[in-house]
Amino acid sequence: MADISLSTATPVIPRRRFLWSTLVDHAVLITGALIMFFPLLVMLQTASTPDIETMKYGPGLYFGDQLDDNFRKAMFEASGFSGANTGLSMFKNSLILGLGFAIGKIVIGMMAAYAIVYFRLRFATFAFWLIFTTLLLPLEVRILPSYEITQKLGLLNTYTGLIVPLIASATATFFFRQFFRSVPEELVEAARIDGAGPVKFFIDILVPLSQTMIAAMFIIMFVYGWNQYLWPTMITTDEGMYTLVRGIKRIVQVLQGGNEIPEYGRANVLAIIAVLPPVAIVIFFQSWFVKGLTESDK
Amino acid sequence: MKRAGFASRWLPILLLVPQLSIILVFFYWPAAYAVKSSFYLQDPFGFGQTFVGLENYSSLADSAEYLRVTNFTVVFTVLVTFFSLALALLLAVKADKVIRGAKSYRTLLMWVYAVAPPVAGYMGLILFNQRWGPLTELFGMFGWEFNLRADYFDTAFAMVVVSVWKQVPVNFIFFLSGLQSIPKSVREAALIDNRSASGRFWDVTFPLLAPTGFFLLIINITYALFDTFGVIDTLVKGEPANNPMTLVYKVYIDGFRGNDLGGSSAQSVVLMLLVLALTVFQFRMVEKRIHYT
Amino acid sequence: MAQVTLDSVRKIYPNGVEAVTPASFQIKDGEFVVLVGPSGCGKSTLLRMIAGLEDITEGALSIGDNVVNTLDPADRDIAMVFQNYALYPHMTVRKNIAYGLKNRKTPKDVIAQKVDEAAKMLNLTEYLDRKPAQLSGGQRQRVAMGRAIVRDPALFLFDEPLSNLDAKLRNQMRIEIKALQRRLGVTSIYVTHDQVEAMTMADRIIVLNGGRIEQIGTPSDIYHNPASTFVASFMGAPPMNLVAAEMQDGILSFAGLELPLASSMRGPVTLGLRPEDLIIDSHGPLAMEVELIEELGAHRLLHGQVNGQRLTVHLAKEEQVALGPLHLSCRVQNLCLFHPETGARMDGGFAFNLAQDRMEERV
Repeated sequence: MADISLSTATPVIPRRRFLWSTLVDHAVLITGALIMFFPLLVMLQTASTPDIETMKYGPGLYFGDQLDDNFRKAMFEASGFSGANTGLSMFKNSLILGLGFAIGKIVIGMMAAYAIVYFRLRFATFAFWLIFTTLLLPLEVRILPSYEITQKLGLLNTYTGLIVPLIASATATFFFRQFFRSVPEELVEAARIDGAGPVKFFIDILVPLSQTMIAAMFIIMFVYGWNQYLWPTMITTDEGMYTLVRGIKRIVQVLQGGNEIPEYGRANVLAIIAVLPPVAIVIFFQSWFVKGLTESDK
Repeated sequence: MKRAGFASRWLPILLLVPQLSIILVFFYWPAAYAVKSSFYLQDPFGFGQTFVGLENYSSLADSAEYLRVTNFTVVFTVLVTFFSLALALLLAVKADKVIRGAKSYRTLLMWVYAVAPPVAGYMGLILFNQRWGPLTELFGMFGWEFNLRADYFDTAFAMVVVSVWKQVPVNFIFFLSGLQSIPKSVREAALIDNRSASGRFWDVTFPLLAPTGFFLLIINITYALFDTFGVIDTLVKGEPANNPMTLVYKVYIDGFRGNDLGGSSAQSVVLMLLVLALTVFQFRMVEKRIHYT
Repeated sequence: MAQVTLDSVRKIYPNGVEAVTPASFQIKDGEFVVLVGPSGCGKSTLLRMIAGLEDITEGALSIGDNVVNTLDPADRDIAMVFQNYALYPHMTVRKNIAYGLKNRKTPKDVIAQKVDEAAKMLNLTEYLDRKPAQLSGGQRQRVAMGRAIVRDPALFLFDEPLSNLDAKLRNQMRIEIKALQRRLGVTSIYVTHDQVEAMTMADRIIVLNGGRIEQIGTPSDIYHNPASTFVASFMGAPPMNLVAAEMQDGILSFAGLELPLASSMRGPVTLGLRPEDLIIDSHGPLAMEVELIEELGAHRLLHGQVNGQRLTVHLAKEEQVALGPLHLSCRVQNLCLFHPETGARMDGGFAFNLAQDRMEERV
């Protein structure tokens, strides 16, 4: 302790400079965080205010008391013509799309990656290229032919048609391949000496070992599936099949036309509901998610 | 493959069947279909199609509108990529530096990752509302009469802003994790060798981040080309009219709305070639990086 | 328990590289054999072929009386300890040890009993419910051992099991493993690149170099009677001094040293001298210029030059030395002669033409 008092004279200047730069750092970060948050705040405000006020004055500074009312309308009253696309039914469809996509992708990807990494396969290289070429072309560039084919197969307005074509890429397979390759060589050798066959090794050792990776992949894929827009827009014409994100298109069209007061409150509640589940997952499982995302870099 | 792989014959095939069959039906078939359609002209009334060779491609090359869309796409991609990378890098460097509240900042700056592009576009519609949008009012104070969907430049501006807002978090996450993976000893060595903080950043940190940056460059270009579809579609409310649009959006408009399957397929093929070139370029660079480090 | 026989076992990788040239040897029941050599010498490949983790290109491998070339690793009645332990990170110590038994459909109560026994033997009882990540390096090493011993295998295989431990722990585990093997009497094959481990643990050592067996013998045999310059320089720290000498008219000469040999060889030879066989002797024939003294507490090492060739001398701690010129003599009976090009041993034991009474003499 004594030597601290001895050295008080010198560090005065560096210390002050340090403080200033820290202040700037925080200021930049806080500004960034506020810009990120601002649009959501506006949405919340308009969702809690009577539509007529929003229409006249735009987003205000104070929160109103209409949030529960708008929430009820958004969730349980249909906005379309058939009466099928309530917020609740869209929520359910989004959930099915997100879960179905994430689970399907992970299961199929893990199986394929396991086959490629852990087996002596004569056509392994060929299978590898066949699968990994799909990383090159996003769905968007082959959207029309994909639509035509899905239509030919009679899969319009079905969950299969919604989910399966989206799974036709190798992101998860690639990811798990990378991970499996990083698993120490000796583990499978030890397991073989311990008498475990391929199925046993996969179930007893590889899957439990991949837990974190599966969780990370699940989060990324769920968000990706939930947020799909173009494909659901094309493939679902039946309002009962709409997802929340696809429903945005309908909301926009409703706000567009008509002479009545646009239902800003209800629309914004729907938009918030469309955003909330994936955001919550990403925030709560942040460390897994970040790990999964950045791991794919390698 | 592992040194001591399993020798079973049928099991790996069984494991590969689901993946292979899905990509054959929903990837290779559509891709081949697109290539084939690009050589045909679709009858407008749905009565079959005629082989026209490269006509769809040559009419693309001659089309003034296609050129305009291509130009916009290039400008849009450059702007979105540059600004989302630069802003994310700034935020990541700051977040990596602060000790207090580092985790909270990370959360506050990354959650937008999970917002769907069309929802981001919808938020843009509210913020840039012609009459009372908060940002429209803000610009008004500086004498800029912002006119979403009526003015080409203003609409393009909104598209870039929303797309950047949506993309900064992804880049931020990658940059931050890249910064955090720089070994402490390297930072400490730099601290001893270089007095100036900005000097240390440009001489040591930035080069070490370069691989991450390059990877993100490709990711961002792909994002600006393809994933911004939702943003654009909502901002123009599905009616592009004279508003700016990207190449992917034009594929969709021509094919789905305009029923010009041949033309749209030709555009798809052009895009496929573009992405292919981009990927080959990426692989080349990655290989280089492996060789030289 | 079993003996292991390799009959011209050979490994050629698909890319054409011959990792192991045909190797033949027999390991007796209960014997502890160490395969030693620098990295890339084929020792691990050989071990992995015995384990069944690598295909055997040619030759026959038998464990006990059965040729096991095509048997699955699980069916060879072996247990293996890996360099990085290869513990299953998501399983507790207990489950790690029990996994092999469980897969062999061993009854639950037998598993429990065997795991407890092994844990007691290895001082792991209190750690049985921990995961590998919560253990120290030495404890993980013991778990890997436990996993091997519960199975009562016919053969233990060790693949550099101590190289991930720090020096102190390595010495301790070396003794533990050796003691355990003695107690269980299981035939063991142990791969290492560390010659000290090889010397201290082995009943017999097999020295490998470039996929070829250089020498098979007891530690003492290998040390005192190396079959080649490779073995001479690989085994022993500091290694044997190898200097260029000359044979002429039945006289071996190196620097001031002249030694009559009953041999018609003539021309250059490589002379091998162990550092501990060189003795400070003011009347000695070798004039050495000492350049560096390494103080090791229990003894000292002198480094210097004789006639322009590097030489290391092992010195007891009592002896006083200083940098500068010094005279040495050497113990004759431990000299080795090697072919100057092939490095093969030439003298074939002690073929020096010296009267028996002069053998003890210093020259």
